[in-house]
Amino acid sequence: MLLIPCPFCGPRPEIEFVYGGEAHIARPADPSALDDAAWAAFLHTRSNPRGRHAERWRHLHGCARFFNVVRDTVTDRFAEHEAGG
Amino acid sequence: MSQRFRTAAGGRIDRARPLGFSFDGRGMEGFAGDTLASALLANGVHLVGRSFKYHRPRGILAAGSEEPNALVEIDRGAGRRTPNLRATQVELHDGLVARSQNRWPSLAFDAGAVSDRLAPLLPTGFYYKTFLWPPRAWARLYEPLIRRAAGLGRAPDTADPDRYVQCYAHCDVLVIGAGPAGLAAARAAAGSGARVIVCDEGAEFGGSLLAEERARIGGVPAAEWLRDTLARLEAAPETVLLARTTAFGYYAQNMVGLIERVTDHLAAPDPALPRERLWQVRAREVIVAAGSIERPLVFPGNDRPGIMLAGAVQSYVVRYGVRPGRRAVVAAEGDSAYRAALALHAAGVEVAMVADLRDAAEGALPQMARDAGIPVRSGATIVGTAGRLRVRSVTIGFSGGRERVAADLLCMGGGWTPSLHLYSQARGRPRHDPTIGFVPRTPVPGLTCVGACRGVFGLAEMLADGAQAGAAAAMRAGFAASGESWAVEDAPSCECAPPRAPGPGSGRAFVDFQNDVTAKDLRLATREGFRSIEHVKRYTTTGMATDQGKTSNVNALGIVAQAVAAPVEAVGLTTFRPPYTPVSFGALAGVARGALFDPVRTTAIHGWAAAQGALFEDVGAWKRARCFPRAGEDMHVAVARECRTVRETVGLFDASTLGKIEVVGRDAAVFLERMYVNALANLAPGRCRYAVLLGESGFVRDDGIVGRLSADRFHVTTGTGNAALVLGLMEDYSQTEWPELQVWLTSVTEQWAVIAVQGPRAREAIAPLVEDVDLSRQALPHMSVRSCQVCGVAARLFAVSFTGEIGFEINVGADHGLAVWEQVWERVQGLGGAVYGTEAMHVLRAEKGYVIVGQETDGTVTIDDLGLGWAIGRKKQDFVGKRSLSRPDLAAAGRRQLVGLALDDASRLPEEGMQVTAAAQDRTAIGHVTSAYGSGTVGRAVVMALVADGRARMGEIVFVQMTAGAMAARVCDPVLVDPEGARLHG
Repeated sequence: MLLIPCPFCGPRPEIEFVYGGEAHIARPADPSALDDAAWAAFLHTRSNPRGRHAERWRHLHGCARFFNVVRDTVTDRFAEHEAGG
Repeated sequence: MSQRFRTAAGGRIDRARPLGFSFDGRGMEGFAGDTLASALLANGVHLVGRSFKYHRPRGILAAGSEEPNALVEIDRGAGRRTPNLRATQVELHDGLVARSQNRWPSLAFDAGAVSDRLAPLLPTGFYYKTFLWPPRAWARLYEPLIRRAAGLGRAPDTADPDRYVQCYAHCDVLVIGAGPAGLAAARAAAGSGARVIVCDEGAEFGGSLLAEERARIGGVPAAEWLRDTLARLEAAPETVLLARTTAFGYYAQNMVGLIERVTDHLAAPDPALPRERLWQVRAREVIVAAGSIERPLVFPGNDRPGIMLAGAVQSYVVRYGVRPGRRAVVAAEGDSAYRAALALHAAGVEVAMVADLRDAAEGALPQMARDAGIPVRSGATIVGTAGRLRVRSVTIGFSGGRERVAADLLCMGGGWTPSLHLYSQARGRPRHDPTIGFVPRTPVPGLTCVGACRGVFGLAEMLADGAQAGAAAAMRAGFAASGESWAVEDAPSCECAPPRAPGPGSGRAFVDFQNDVTAKDLRLATREGFRSIEHVKRYTTTGMATDQGKTSNVNALGIVAQAVAAPVEAVGLTTFRPPYTPVSFGALAGVARGALFDPVRTTAIHGWAAAQGALFEDVGAWKRARCFPRAGEDMHVAVARECRTVRETVGLFDASTLGKIEVVGRDAAVFLERMYVNALANLAPGRCRYAVLLGESGFVRDDGIVGRLSADRFHVTTGTGNAALVLGLMEDYSQTEWPELQVWLTSVTEQWAVIAVQGPRAREAIAPLVEDVDLSRQALPHMSVRSCQVCGVAARLFAVSFTGEIGFEINVGADHGLAVWEQVWERVQGLGGAVYGTEAMHVLRAEKGYVIVGQETDGTVTIDDLGLGWAIGRKKQDFVGKRSLSRPDLAAAGRRQLVGLALDDASRLPEEGMQVTAAAQDRTAIGHVTSAYGSGTVGRAVVMALVADGRARMGEIVFVQMTAGAMAARVCDPVLVDPEGARLHG
C-alpha cells in the first residue's frame, strides 16, 4: 500500500485516496474553438511515462482535496519522499 | 518405551514438562519446546505423509518453514481443522491432534500408491498429452479422477469460528529474522533509541544459534550471548519483539506484511485472544536477516523417509535432543554437513560414513570428524537408496566401485541458498556468485540484507555484518548508533558448497518434493522445447507448490541450465512472490466477515418495511424494498397490485436512497449551469428541473432533479448508485477547473429521508400533514419545491413524479423519517392506497418511458440516443461534455436510439440484454433490450430497447432473440401511459 503525501494532511495510506489521472491537463477555456483532433487529444491522450509522472490524487476520506504530486511509475516513489530522504 | 530416540540430556526442550499428543490416532509423548516433527522423531516416527502425485512415502526433510514433505492436518476441534501445516513449525502442546494426509486407507498402506507404479505413464505434463481420447471423457472421467487423486489436505468444510485481527505499526527499523545477524542488527539499532520491531517465524529467537553447541561469542557460550541479547532487547523501551511471526510479503515504500500466530501453540488459549494477527508495518528502514536454506542432493531415491537435510539433523540433535536414527550416512557437498556428523556422533548415533562428494575433504570440520573416528570418504556419489517406508541402505559409488551401506538415516548437505524472497519482492536484482549462488546485487533504498541471506556465512562475519547494518540503519533513521563487535571462538571455518547440477543417474531423483517433480521431468521439458525457466516451471510445476520451491528452485535451475547448455546466470531465477509461507484467509479477512464483510446501507424506514414483510433487493450498498406481498400473493401479483393502486388511488414509496447534494454559494447557479446540459441559471427559486449530467466525452453519466431553494442554494438529486460519482465529478470541476467560483458541495444523502407519495389522490393524502403550503395545482405545480413543515417537522416538499401520476416527495431529517412515514402511511391507507417497492416503481416509470441511467445507458449512450436532447439548453455556449456532442461518431447516423417494443405475443416477456435483429434469422444485432416488465396497465410487456436508428423505424417489425427463438416486435414510442401528461399535471 502506498503512502501518499497529502499536502494538507501529511502522508496517509493509499486507501484514503482516489486516483485522479495525469496532472496539468487543463480543460480548454473554449472547447468549441478546438477541432475534433485537438479535442480528442484533450480527452484521451496521456503521456503514460516510464519514470516521473505528475499526477492528481484526491484525499477522499480525509480533507477531500485534489492535489498534484510527482510519482515515479517504476519505483512508486513520490518526489517529496526523494527530496526529504 | 516412549521417546526411545531422545538423547540422554541436553537440548532446549523442557524434560520436566511432558506433553501428550496423537498422530493418526496413536498416542505419543513429547516435551515442551518440541515441534510436532521433533516429537515424532523422538518417538521414532519418520513416515508422516504421502506425496502429491505418486503417493510415495515421505518423511521429515527439514526443521523449519522450508519443509516440503511433512504436511499434516491439525485438528483443534469443531470447525478448527487446518490442513497442510508443516510439522516442523507446529509447536507441540498437550492434547495436540495431528493426522497425516493424502493416504487411504492408512499411511503405511496407501491405495493411491498405485500411481507410483504407473509413473512411466504420468510424465511431466501428462494431462496435456495422455488423456486426449475420447474428447468427451476429459470432463466426465479424466479430470474428476485426476482432481480426486491430486492435492494434499482436506479443505475445512465449516465456517472458521476463530477471530483474527489486523493491526498497523510504524517503526524506524524493522528486523526480519532473529538469527545471529538479525539479533546483532537489532541490538545495534535498539541501543540507539530507535523504534525497533524484530520478528522471527520461530517460537524462539536465535535462529542457527539455537543449534549451536560449540561456539563462544564475546567470551561466553553462544547460548549465553543469546540470553543476554534478548534481555537487552526486551529491556529497550521502544523495541517490540514478535516471535511466531512471519514476514510474508514486502510491499511498496517499506510496508511489510507480518503474520503473527497467537494461539495455535497453546493447549487452552484465552478465548479473548485472536488466533492470528496480521501486522502491516511501515518501516523507515528494513533489515532482512532471513538466513539461508540448505539444498537437498538430487540422486535416485532421495525422497525416502529417513533422508534429511544435514542442518536439520544437527538442529534435531542439538536443539531438540533427538536422535533421528541409529546408523547414519552423511552425504556432504560442503563442510557444514560435518557438523551434523559430529553432532550425531556426540549424541551416540553411529555415523557409518561421511561420503564427501568433493574430490578432497581438507577443512577443519572434516579433520574434526576424522579425529572423532568417523570414517570420511571423498570422491563419492550417491547412486541410490533402498527401503520401503524408511531408508534401509545407501549405495555409494567411488572411483573403485560401489559400496552398499546399511543406514536408517541419510543426511544431505548440498550447500546453502541465501533467502532472497523479500529482497526480490522489493525489486532487488540478484547476481550469481559462482561459489555461493544467487546473492543480492542492486541496492534497494531503505532495505538492507544482512548475514546468510546475502551470502555472508560464518558466525563472526554474520554478527559483524548485522551489527554494522543495524547501526547504519538507525543512523539513516536519525539516531546516533554504533555497532558492537564480539570475538568469536570455536566456530570452525566452513567451506561453502557452490550449487552444482547433479549427474544424470538412473531412477527417479526428486527435485521438488512437494510437487513430485524429478530431474528427469525437467530434462524432458527442455527436450520438448521449453527453454525459459519460467516456462519449465509452469510446465513441470517445479517450485509451484505451497513451499514455493524453497528447497528445489536452485537445484531445478542447475539441471535446466545443464540441459540447455547455458550458464546458470543466463537462465536466471524465477520470480519470488508473496506470501513467503501460506497465510490463512481468516487473517487476510480480519474482521471483514459476516455483517462486516460488505456493510449494508439501510434507510430510516427499513425496519418498518421489514416488519411489513417486504422483499428486499440490493442496489449498490443499499437494501431497498422491492415489493410488499400480502398474504397469499407472490411477487408478480403483489407488483401488479401495487402498480394498479398507484395508477388508481395513491402509493407510498421510500425514495431515501436517492443521492442528494446540496450546492450552495454565490456562484452555485453558474456552477450547475456549467455542469448540467440544462439551462439552470434562470431556474426560479421554488422550481425544479429534470437535469442530465454528461461526462466530458459526451456520454450520459447521471440524471436527477435540480431544485432551487433560494438564489444561492440548490438541492440536487442523483441516481441511487451514482451519488459518490457525481459528487466526485462536481468536486473535480469545482476544485481544479473553476476554483474562482464560490460554491460548496455537501453530500446530504444520509441526512434526508425521502417519502414519495404518488397517484391521483396524492395531494389529498398529504394535504392535512403539510403546514403553510398551498398544494393546489396553480400554487404548487409539477416540478416545484418548498421549504415547509410536514407533521411538524422541517421538510423540503418536492412536487415531482417518477410514475406519471401526481407526485410529491417529502424530504425530512432522517431521524424523523420513520415518524413522518407512519403518519403519511396512515393517510395513504385510509384512502385505500398501498405501499409499493422498487419493482412497481420500475414498471410505472417504464410505462412512462422514463429512463434509468445505468439501465438504459451503459456509458456509451448519448443524450440524443435517449431522446432527451430537449433537455439541452440551446443557448448555452458550453457545459461539461458539450464539445463532444459534435464529434463525428456521436453525431453519426446509425446510433442506437431508445424506443419501445410491442411484442406480437402479449404473454411473452423478454429478458434485459436480449439482442434485437432486423430479420428473424439474422446473426447481427441492431440493438438490445434495456428494460422489460409485465404491465397490467398496458396489457402487455413494457419493453424498452436501444435500436439502431430506432426513431426512424417507428412501426417497423424487428425481432427479439428470445431463448426459445426469435419473437417479432413492433417498434413504438416508449411512452405508453398518458403521453400528453394530463395525469401528471392534474
